Amino acid sequence: MRLQGISALLAATALASGFAMPASAETIKLGVLNDQSGVYTDLSGPGGVDAVRMAVEDAGGAINGNKIEIVSADHQNKPDIGTSIARQWYDQDHVDAIFDVPNSGVALAVQEVAREKHKIVIFSGPAASDLTGAKCSPVGVHWTYDTYGLAKGTGAAVTKSGGDSWFFLTADYAFGQALERDTAAVVTANGGKVLGEVRTPLASPDFSSFLLQAQASKAKIIGLANAGGDTITSIKQASEFGISSGGQKLAGLLVFLSDVNSLGLKTAQGLELTASFYWDLNDQTRAFSKRYFERNKKEPTMVQAGLYGAAKHYLEAVKSAGSTDADKVMAAMRANPVNDFMTKDGKVREDGKVVRDMYLFEVKKPEESKAPWDYYKLIRQIPAAEVTRPVEESACPLLKKG
Amino acid sequence: MASVNIQSAAAAPGSNNMVRLGVVALLVLAIAAPFGLYPIFLMKALCFALFASAFNLLLGYGGLLSFGHAAFFGGAAYVTAHVVKVMGWPPELGLIAGTAFAAVLGLCFGWLAIRRQGIYFAMVTLALAQMLYFVALEAKFTHGEDGIQAVPRGKFLGLFDLSDTFTMYYFVLAIVVLAFWLIYRTVHSPFGQVLKAIRENEPRAISLGYRVDHYKLLAFTLSAGLAGLAGSTKALVFQLASLTDVDWRMSGQVVLMTLVGGVGTIFGPLVGAFILVTMENYLAQFGSWVTVIQGLIFVVCVLTFRKGVVGEIGELIRRAKGERQRGGGGGH
Amino acid sequence: MYVIPLLGIPPQVLFGQLLLGLINGAFYAMLSLGLAVIFGLLNIINFAHGALYMMGAFVAWLMLEYLGIGYWPALILSPLLVGAFGVLLEKAFLHRIYKLDHLYGLLLTFGMALIIEGLFRNYYGVSGQAYDAVPDLLKGGFNLGFMFLPIYRGWVVVASLIICFGTWFAIERTKLGSYLRAATENPKLVQAFGINVPRMITLTYGFGVALAAMAGVLAAPIYHVSPLMGSDIIIVVFAVVVIGGMGSIVGAVVSGFGLGLIEGMTKVFYPEASNTVIFVVMAIVLLVKPAGLFGKAA
Repeated sequence: MRLQGISALLAATALASGFAMPASAETIKLGVLNDQSGVYTDLSGPGGVDAVRMAVEDAGGAINGNKIEIVSADHQNKPDIGTSIARQWYDQDHVDAIFDVPNSGVALAVQEVAREKHKIVIFSGPAASDLTGAKCSPVGVHWTYDTYGLAKGTGAAVTKSGGDSWFFLTADYAFGQALERDTAAVVTANGGKVLGEVRTPLASPDFSSFLLQAQASKAKIIGLANAGGDTITSIKQASEFGISSGGQKLAGLLVFLSDVNSLGLKTAQGLELTASFYWDLNDQTRAFSKRYFERNKKEPTMVQAGLYGAAKHYLEAVKSAGSTDADKVMAAMRANPVNDFMTKDGKVREDGKVVRDMYLFEVKKPEESKAPWDYYKLIRQIPAAEVTRPVEESACPLLKKG
Repeated sequence: MASVNIQSAAAAPGSNNMVRLGVVALLVLAIAAPFGLYPIFLMKALCFALFASAFNLLLGYGGLLSFGHAAFFGGAAYVTAHVVKVMGWPPELGLIAGTAFAAVLGLCFGWLAIRRQGIYFAMVTLALAQMLYFVALEAKFTHGEDGIQAVPRGKFLGLFDLSDTFTMYYFVLAIVVLAFWLIYRTVHSPFGQVLKAIRENEPRAISLGYRVDHYKLLAFTLSAGLAGLAGSTKALVFQLASLTDVDWRMSGQVVLMTLVGGVGTIFGPLVGAFILVTMENYLAQFGSWVTVIQGLIFVVCVLTFRKGVVGEIGELIRRAKGERQRGGGGGH
Repeated sequence: MYVIPLLGIPPQVLFGQLLLGLINGAFYAMLSLGLAVIFGLLNIINFAHGALYMMGAFVAWLMLEYLGIGYWPALILSPLLVGAFGVLLEKAFLHRIYKLDHLYGLLLTFGMALIIEGLFRNYYGVSGQAYDAVPDLLKGGFNLGFMFLPIYRGWVVVASLIICFGTWFAIERTKLGSYLRAATENPKLVQAFGINVPRMITLTYGFGVALAAMAGVLAAPIYHVSPLMGSDIIIVVFAVVVIGGMGSIVGAVVSGFGLGLIEGMTKVFYPEASNTVIFVVMAIVLLVKPAGLFGKAA
């Protein structure tokens, strides 16, 4: 964890003073709440804010003559800071919808605030499938990906291709446990078995002893149920300790483009991963990414790309609903199909889950990479039906009544 | 190494009127504030003001630097959140449960820690608090990194609906004012005087026949209980108890608040809490420069403002008074 | 040591974990050594130590990235540069607060840590940078039978032992060291003998900082070079110093390695607690031996 947290900053960029001017009723206000200083900065952060800005610019900066504004803030991966910003935004700053919220713990907390205030929240960054499961909300949308899809994508692919015995390195908190749980289910369903797991404290600087236990388990696959810095460290140290030369394979269950970029291909090569977006997938993704790259000097991650799509879909729904009222906009968002550069005929389901295709990628070898950021090769496009939790398996009460 | 020796700006005699005036002004301000400022921001600042004052009771008047106060603040928050959410207790009982838990925890921690002095005292409290952090991380009912979320505020005495922001604000204000009154009385009681005596010169206090350890332990428990009250209140305000509250950085933050405001002054911790909470709120637009700015403020504070804002102002006033008197005397 | 294969843990896993613990202990020892030197001679609890450790790693990375300077030169140059930076810090800030309570030193250095960390985060993000400059000599590893030991990790332990012994020798067994120790006991008297005490103190701080930076360079190839790497470790290192006895060099080294081992054991039996076990040890030690294992009673 970081020192900076000592002087935790409850942050609301747009808030110029406590004596806020009453916002004009004609303004449509989007709030991007994400990590701008911690471990998820590179995968969402300022880049995510810019993706939303791009969507707003593409919408012409206004809808039916109503100006669109963006505010953004840093939740520092702390539920208490995240909720107090969300509250302030909804209560006082007249924010109509909150976007992103990486970090499942913060996301679950913000989901509750949004439910209480009956305002829209659209998640791009967080992973926990509980957001559209037991904790689903009529005003919450889980846009880009979730642990269920990751488990189905990577878990099934790896198990089917012979990786039938697993050992998990699990980040010891809700997200890691959810990812382990979902993946273990997929592994067993595909005839594999789970030999064991070790729960690692969040942000451990050293994974070597956990890796050693994984090695001793003789499992064919070491599943990394962690994210961000933990994933980077565990992959890096696995290569140092010769895990892969010993015949064991790593399966990164949640790996972002920014992680691969930070690891370098030499260390990351051969990793299989599931994502809903990669910049070099087709002409449309390349077109978007080119614009994004010019502004941010980086290729977008799936979270950042997802934010563009989420903001676009939201704004279109506002337009077709002719209102920013949460119920009307949600109805329009559910009614309109989701179509953008990374989504073909996607759908916002009753539980808030966006039904979309995912992709299974493999990280290229250094010699296969032709250019900077040329990192993934596509193995398979996974149809939405495979990576979306079926209605009958869902714990979400909203699906039951329908 | 002797006990921690902090420059504290002990109130000069004759400043009582000013204190009284200050209290009245503050109260009026506090009652009117939610009409101008965002109430949740105010409630947060109030909770931290109480937390810092509880801490100051120990550091400023007892000379004991605890680096584990987050354990009481966060522990109480968890207890309150749990009993209110899962067991359905009303808010007032929730607050009492949280506070009582913190006080008992304080008694245990204190009993172990007061055998050590200075930096070692700080380190024992830190170590114990880290163990509580571990419990909070691992125990089932605390829900790990997610914390206890969606804690209902409930109805105070079954009458006042606390989900209304304004009702909640005045509820919090009442708690904090009561707690402040308690702290004020404690500091000015014979007990407080003995504490100060121990801070200034422990061997002398012992030789005068005071059972120093009993006083220290009592102060520690009281401070822990009040810190717990602050944590419980915060849990109700934000409807959340999370690991942030028990993290060692929280212990660090309360030290900073107290120091920035002024150690050993009644209003110092309050001012410090408001400064830090405001900084958190309004510096954010500078993005990742925030840490740099905060770092600079701390450096400047230590190098030039060592008595804290309130302490330095008090010093200025005292000096001005002194000069006036001296100047007046010279005229004759 | 006689090891019973407890709870079905095979002995080879246990050995492996102990060895890994030793390697982590090497870092704890180097960092707490610097802290102990600074505390012993300056009476400052240097909260910025973690940030300076991070700086050491970053300077090595920057030298590789922009100047093409490799590992071996960086191992010397980075500590020198960061040490010089430490000297500046001491000259500009620290020397103003020596006469004050420890708490102020802690706060001041904490503020400095925030500034340094914030600046690095601003320019280099938080995901961190890979430092792939391990010389060929240190690449690869041995198969020890019970585990695969990367040569580099072995080198870290050796380097750490050399540094620790060297520092101990310099302070406890040389003339310069005796001046230093004397200066902490009675600066006025030493000054009267014609020794420039303030300069000596400044240089000591620089030296302690250089130790942190060197640990940073050693850590760079293993851990990710990230602006947050220092704050992750600083609180643990504090605990190590306190357990060893504040200001005791032998204490810092012994408890650094010892706690690495204990942490390693914990990771076998109860991994979730591996971040906490050090604090349990600290509480017990302080309650039994008030001044730490090797500290002089106050």
